[in-house]
Amino acid sequence: MRAAMGNEQVKFDAQTEIDFVIVGSGAAGGIIAKELSTAGFRVLVLEQGPYLRERDFEHDELKYLRQRAISNDYKRQPNTFRRTEKEKAKLQPAIIYGRQVGGGTVQFTGNYWRFHEIDFIERSRWGPISGTGFADWPITYAELEPYYTKAEWELGVSGLAAASPFDPPRSKPYPLPPLPIKSSGVLLERAARKLGWHAFPAPMAILSRPYRGRGGCVHCGFCQYFGCEVRAKSSTLATVIREAERTGRCEIRPNSYVRKIELDKAGRVSGVIYFDEQGREVFQKARALVLCANGVETPRLLLMSKSNLFPQGLANSSGKVGKYLMFNSHASARGLFEHPLNEFKSVAVSRVIHDFYDSDPKRGFYGGGGLDARFVSYPINFALQGLPPDAPRWGAEYKRLLKEHYTHTLNVSAHATSLPVETNSVSLDPEVKDAWGLPAVRITYKDHPEDMKTMKFFQQRCRELLEAAGAIKIWTREVREQSFGFHLLGTCRMGNDPKDSVVNKYHRAHDVPNLFICDGSSLVTSGRGQPTCTIQALAYRAADHIIRLAKSGQIPSSL
Amino acid sequence: MRNEEISRRLFLIQSCAAAGYGWLISHWPEVQAAQQHAHAAAQAEAPVKFEFFTPEQAAEVEAIAAQIIPTDDTPGAREARVIYFIDRALATFASEERAAFLKGLKELQSQVKKRFKTTTSFSELSSAQQIQLLKAIEKSQFFELVRTMTIIGMFANPSYGGNYNQLGWKLLGFEDQFYFEPPFGFYDRDYVEGK
Repeated sequence: MRAAMGNEQVKFDAQTEIDFVIVGSGAAGGIIAKELSTAGFRVLVLEQGPYLRERDFEHDELKYLRQRAISNDYKRQPNTFRRTEKEKAKLQPAIIYGRQVGGGTVQFTGNYWRFHEIDFIERSRWGPISGTGFADWPITYAELEPYYTKAEWELGVSGLAAASPFDPPRSKPYPLPPLPIKSSGVLLERAARKLGWHAFPAPMAILSRPYRGRGGCVHCGFCQYFGCEVRAKSSTLATVIREAERTGRCEIRPNSYVRKIELDKAGRVSGVIYFDEQGREVFQKARALVLCANGVETPRLLLMSKSNLFPQGLANSSGKVGKYLMFNSHASARGLFEHPLNEFKSVAVSRVIHDFYDSDPKRGFYGGGGLDARFVSYPINFALQGLPPDAPRWGAEYKRLLKEHYTHTLNVSAHATSLPVETNSVSLDPEVKDAWGLPAVRITYKDHPEDMKTMKFFQQRCRELLEAAGAIKIWTREVREQSFGFHLLGTCRMGNDPKDSVVNKYHRAHDVPNLFICDGSSLVTSGRGQPTCTIQALAYRAADHIIRLAKSGQIPSSL
Repeated sequence: MRNEEISRRLFLIQSCAAAGYGWLISHWPEVQAAQQHAHAAAQAEAPVKFEFFTPEQAAEVEAIAAQIIPTDDTPGAREARVIYFIDRALATFASEERAAFLKGLKELQSQVKKRFKTTTSFSELSSAQQIQLLKAIEKSQFFELVRTMTIIGMFANPSYGGNYNQLGWKLLGFEDQFYFEPPFGFYDRDYVEGK
């Protein structure tokens, strides 16, 4: 082992005994790496994507959106999709995730909503819903609250505590004041007031002021889908990953694509096999393993790690690995305004509405969510598909509308619940392979009828907000069943019953004592469309318990 | 972009990241100058010859692009040098589209011959004739391909060869800047909380 000197990063050689191998360096993996290495353990993080730094990020829509510089690339990692298990899945992009050190936190929008108390106990409040595995969490909001606070303060979140009458209790305010309001925020706030609703400053994982050695936001507008060039976005790359490396006990090993988890005779994890940058297979020994590879790659890796002991996939005696996939429900409406909004400037969202967060039996169906206003549409994407559906697609009138609409358009978006349906799943495609010869991700997904009602309900609210805001033209697209996910949730759900869940309330696999799983896959219910904050609070909490187990000798380590 | 431009831009970005935007504001003229410089440097020179197209093919494709985003009181695809973007794209990262592109172009030219008898050249038709013909094929895969490449050429970073002088971005009112400050638009200009 080579020690870290100055900026030099630690590199473990093959002989070094690693305490924890972590697969994935995103929202959860980055945090757990920092917590475990700070506690004194030797940690190796295997990340399938490259190690990019702020100096590598650019304002380049073609490269980042169309050539997919920092997300999964369908040419090398194809997906297949089907609605139901009866169908044969067709080759088509079905999911997106961040694929570089820092994972999805590098290019996420920065929305940072805590879940509310109701999210953890909704099954007992609402009752059962047919065709679903709707369940209470094995933990409550109160148990997670200290970790929400820790995430907000360690990573850096801007917001205004108690500005929303619907906010859950919190032990500390936000560490940073809200980011400046945008035209979208002003319009949303005015519209909400007219309608008797409550807009409040958006909690964002983007620094409104310098914080912990990082600069504040410069409002360049390239947040969603882009890496922040000034480290104002609180990605794990810009925050905890650097701190983990500074301990001298954590190596981040990029371009390392794990294909199998290996077991010893006792059924405990002994290590992982991964492809390195040159495509060579490497076996990496580990005393314990933490999977943080996201809600699709985590179950896929478990399903690829079949053995005599686990014929239907590792840690899958329940049969729930890959099941209960939730994308969150979404709805939106667009409007044109008389004056310029210039939404291409600054962060995406400055005001949020939570009046419809809770489910309400009076609506006649289950579902709740939040609303915001934004127009994240970079020039190429806007010109390709950003005009109203009745607009011409080329020629003089098309050109005139491009000019008229770009700076004057607003999108009101709803982010809402999706129910855990067992047949909505991640599985291994029986035919299609990725560029490494591994089975492609197969997604089976059909929104529950209650989710369809939720999306239609919220589309109406989006429309009402645009009307109240004074839009001169409003348009919507028909609400359709979703076939693409960027929130990948629920596929290794936590629970107390090993027959009905994959991990226990401390993220330890029910079936394998030295295997931990923490990422979007751990979620029992979907929340209201902004999962990152909760995934990161869970990661801090999971790390606390893993450290406790290792220090008390309940999982082996060098300490 | 030349190396010195890159390192200058990086120096500024890194300094800003470390110092926060107070530093940025006090050094604003310098930042702005560097930014303009970077954009100017990033603008690819108009190549002397095409890498993929023959001059005849280029004239045909440019005529189609100029109907998709025409020149009127403001510049269109022609002035934004979209043809150089398409040429370079087909020569490099979009090389898998070459066959479909050339086949589609040939088919378009045989349509020209069939409808207008006198010529096989799309670019020699009158504007009205060109529009008439493109309307007839606007649902085809070839048209979609040319439309997509024209739009990308018009609105991608100038470093890819199109969007000359940021003409595409100027059309939209989009600005690629490293730094903006509030107010950003009309409605947040006079914002007072609670009103």
